[in-house]
Amino acid sequence: MWGRSASFLLDKRLRDQHPSLSSPSSSSPDSTMDPNPNPNHGVSAYYQTRAEHHAIVSSDWLAQAQAAVDREGDTALMEGPHASAAVSLSASKHFSVIDEFNYWRKKPDLAEAVAAIMALAAVIRSCEATTMMELEIELKKASDMLKSWDTTSISLSAGCDLFMRYVTRTSAVEYEDFHAAKLRLIERGEKFGEISMKARRTIAMLGQDFVFDGCTILVHGFSRVVLEVLKLAASNRKLFRIFCTEGRPDKTGLRLSKELAALGVPVKLLIDSAVAYAMDEVDMVFVGADGVVESGGIINMMGTYQTALVAHSMNKPVYVAAESYKFARLYPLDQKDLEPALHPIDFGVPIPSGVEVETSARDYTPPQYLTLLFTDLGVLTPSVVSDELIQLYL
Amino acid sequence: MDNRWPSRTVSDPKVRQVGFVTPGAAPPARYLSEVPTTAAASSPPSGEPAPPAISISPVMIPPPRHSPSPSAPLAVPNPARRESLQIQVGGYNPPEVLLGSPPLTSPSSRMDDAVSQFSEDPSMSPCDGRSGAAKVASSFPGSSGEMMVMKAGTVGGGSNTPKSSWTTASVAKTRPGIQEKEREAFVGTQNDWAGASKTLKEKTTKAERRALQEAQRAAKAAAKESGAGVKLSAAPGGAVPANTKQGKVVKSPAQKKDGPQVANPSVSSEKKVVDRPPEKDRKKDIPPPRMQFDDIHRVEKAKRRALVYQFEAKNRVELFRHLPQYIHGTQLPDLETKFFQLDPMHPSVYKVGLQYLSGNISGGNARCIAMFLAFREAIRDYSTPPEKALVRDLTAKISSYVSFLIECRPLSISMGNAIRFLKNRIAKLPDTMPESEVKSSLQSDIDRFINEKIVIADKAIIRHAVTKIRDGDVLLTYGSPCVVEMLLVYAHEVGKQFRVVIVDSRPKLEGQVLLHRLVAKGISCTYTHVNAISYIMHEVTRVFLGAASVLSNGTVYSRVGTACVAMVANAFQVPVLICCEAYKFHERVQLDSICSNELGDPDVISKVPGRKDLNHLDNWADTENLQLLNLTYDATPSDFVSMIITDYGMLPPSSVPVIVREYRRENLWI
Repeated sequence: MWGRSASFLLDKRLRDQHPSLSSPSSSSPDSTMDPNPNPNHGVSAYYQTRAEHHAIVSSDWLAQAQAAVDREGDTALMEGPHASAAVSLSASKHFSVIDEFNYWRKKPDLAEAVAAIMALAAVIRSCEATTMMELEIELKKASDMLKSWDTTSISLSAGCDLFMRYVTRTSAVEYEDFHAAKLRLIERGEKFGEISMKARRTIAMLGQDFVFDGCTILVHGFSRVVLEVLKLAASNRKLFRIFCTEGRPDKTGLRLSKELAALGVPVKLLIDSAVAYAMDEVDMVFVGADGVVESGGIINMMGTYQTALVAHSMNKPVYVAAESYKFARLYPLDQKDLEPALHPIDFGVPIPSGVEVETSARDYTPPQYLTLLFTDLGVLTPSVVSDELIQLYL
Repeated sequence: MDNRWPSRTVSDPKVRQVGFVTPGAAPPARYLSEVPTTAAASSPPSGEPAPPAISISPVMIPPPRHSPSPSAPLAVPNPARRESLQIQVGGYNPPEVLLGSPPLTSPSSRMDDAVSQFSEDPSMSPCDGRSGAAKVASSFPGSSGEMMVMKAGTVGGGSNTPKSSWTTASVAKTRPGIQEKEREAFVGTQNDWAGASKTLKEKTTKAERRALQEAQRAAKAAAKESGAGVKLSAAPGGAVPANTKQGKVVKSPAQKKDGPQVANPSVSSEKKVVDRPPEKDRKKDIPPPRMQFDDIHRVEKAKRRALVYQFEAKNRVELFRHLPQYIHGTQLPDLETKFFQLDPMHPSVYKVGLQYLSGNISGGNARCIAMFLAFREAIRDYSTPPEKALVRDLTAKISSYVSFLIECRPLSISMGNAIRFLKNRIAKLPDTMPESEVKSSLQSDIDRFINEKIVIADKAIIRHAVTKIRDGDVLLTYGSPCVVEMLLVYAHEVGKQFRVVIVDSRPKLEGQVLLHRLVAKGISCTYTHVNAISYIMHEVTRVFLGAASVLSNGTVYSRVGTACVAMVANAFQVPVLICCEAYKFHERVQLDSICSNELGDPDVISKVPGRKDLNHLDNWADTENLQLLNLTYDATPSDFVSMIITDYGMLPPSSVPVIVREYRRENLWI
């Protein structure tokens, strides 16, 4: 539509001179974005976990899982020295945040962030530091380690940050006795974990009010919070109908439709590309979120953005259900402004050589396409997210 | 002139009474009429004593002239005001006097009749008063215009004023024209009659006393008698009775406007004296509205306070009359000569003021820092005069410096915030602190403000913003925002690969300075003018802009042209990032660029440098149907802004009020 200006040539020349410099418009094949889906490289652990929890087994699932385990092993090995340096005091007890985290993470009903929070609370408990400062440093190191375990998981890092904020904010300086202070911290940590566990329940209570009799809801992606909302609405004898997107490549829609069908809710499955076709009949769109960013937009499973766009253009409300521990201090400006989280895609047939595959597992939905966010802090408009974050972090 | 005030306080209640007595229902209507023809409408209140409750609203225009006399009994106390009322009349209503109602020409002699006439007037033509006035005014432009010209001429310095008054007068069919005329008249008259009014003052006091006595008697009798009193007092003025009256006109309207009649029409007339104090208190509570430069009376007041003679700008643009008009070219030499007369002005403040005036210092941060450094020096050299409290005296000093700076160039919002901070610090000083300590603590406060709120804030902004620059980006910037320049240099230093598009605009061409510096650093740049913005935008990946202020609805108040760039970027789906220190945030809400702005020199847009043949606008000031508008700022709606980068982090524009709310206190306290 827009003719290229002469300065584009200049760009090109520049790029020729510096091969590393690539035009922003062409998605550049660089080290972080591998053109070929390589299960062993750059795969997002977060999405591996999700897939695992959602129990969708694809053909190469086992291989992937194996790879993920290997990777975890790698990271654990890699962080071994770190860990020993960081948690030197607790080394004698062989306590490791990662182990603790993995223990919690295995519980299918527990979100990753909550697992991290529980793990961090355990760090405080098992910590042998004798001063407040030491304890804080140790906690910081543990949370950094957790965050570096999976840099692609927004809720993990957000959960760690929030925990640190929540626990250390009232910097327990007011307690002269270190043990009292530590107990206080443990108490706070556990309380925070509890709140986070309850968050889903709170959201369900708030969100189910928006479901009215006879409505049709389009759900994209499998979110435990959304499921909780729908469950509660169904148990309140609301009559509604669900359209489920298929949710390639993890086929999240299959799992959701299974759960909903078990509740006796009429469900219809759509392929992902039928969203616009079906939007006519839809009254509202429900999605979950992997992370809620500072602008009030959300980062969620691939396809959320287009669903929200279609809904917005047809004036249908888009509701997001997300726990407040997913609020992250991130501010992506566009889709490429995120750490890439790659997730292999199984096309069922071998991909011809030389063909690139977009393997990003998530996209960013800007706030103007969202109507409301159901969180445990209440039902918020997107712009309040930033308000909450500012109050929390500044 | 200050002497007027005391007398006013004494007499005011009575004046109010007059206003109240009659027009129970009148006020609202008057209020309406007041807006368009301020001068005319504002005078009536005092003048409507007799007319029973008839709403005099539109008709007010003729009455004002007569009214002074009827109300005179009560008004006697402060003849100054009364006179000033009439001056208005004299200034631009004289034609009316001559034509409309010849018998009333000499108000003082007519007083008795006036009452009755006055009361009739409104009922007769309640509706067409306004238009009538306009007609009158416009039909005699010649005479009024001439008068003004003469006056202005005698005042001196304003060689162009006469001309403009002429032109406006001839065009005066429209209301703006009238207002213009009024203004012109004021300029002339005010200066002219200052002397005359002084002579009056002594008399006024006498008259006042007498009026007081009389006022205590029965209302009707008092009215008549005092009317006579006015006559007497005015008569001694000699040959200049009309003039003296005119001299003082200026103040009264403004006062009246604030008056209780408008504010609370329901107040009963009996409360005359009691009324007054609460009224005053209320006035104090309400923050004074920003100066409206199309409000003649306020302008007049300001002018009297001004250190420098201020010219009236020619050919003002319709929508922007309320803004301080650009006057600097004429002001600079004037200010320079005033240096030794302005004894209270500290030399460093004076220097900074001149730098503002000449445009040597521009840009929000630079101006703010320069101002604070000057204040710091002034505080260093400050010593409390005997029998004065430091806190009060220093605050007053700072205020006088600030008003001097305002005269040089209107304050930016950032400077306003900084001044607020400083004054707050001064006010919070403990009384017991010795002077030397106070001074050093204030100086260190200033240093800290500059350091924390500007220098370190900029560094924080850069640290945040650089995360949004990726290799291969094409960054666009407009004008020469200093934070963005630092950002680009820093990003280049840390090895980011990017290209910069600098968009510039006439007449300042600030972008060239930025271009020069960036190219010297080895950054690859493209330079273009804002006309080409839609052409260049498609290859841009990020737009970084500076801001003079960010308002609490997310509106970005910045260099004119920013809104255009942001809008085009938005249309091309290019993210727009605003870099702005949090001390520039302001809780005001603004929807357009009209209600608050700054006007630049219109001459600079009429000339094209290097093109002698393009001289079509050479004598634009003489073309009465041509106005040039050189705006300095514009307001970018928050819809076009993707992100605001402040020292507190990266925020959506919707979070500005949160920052303002959470950090306002901290900003004041640091």
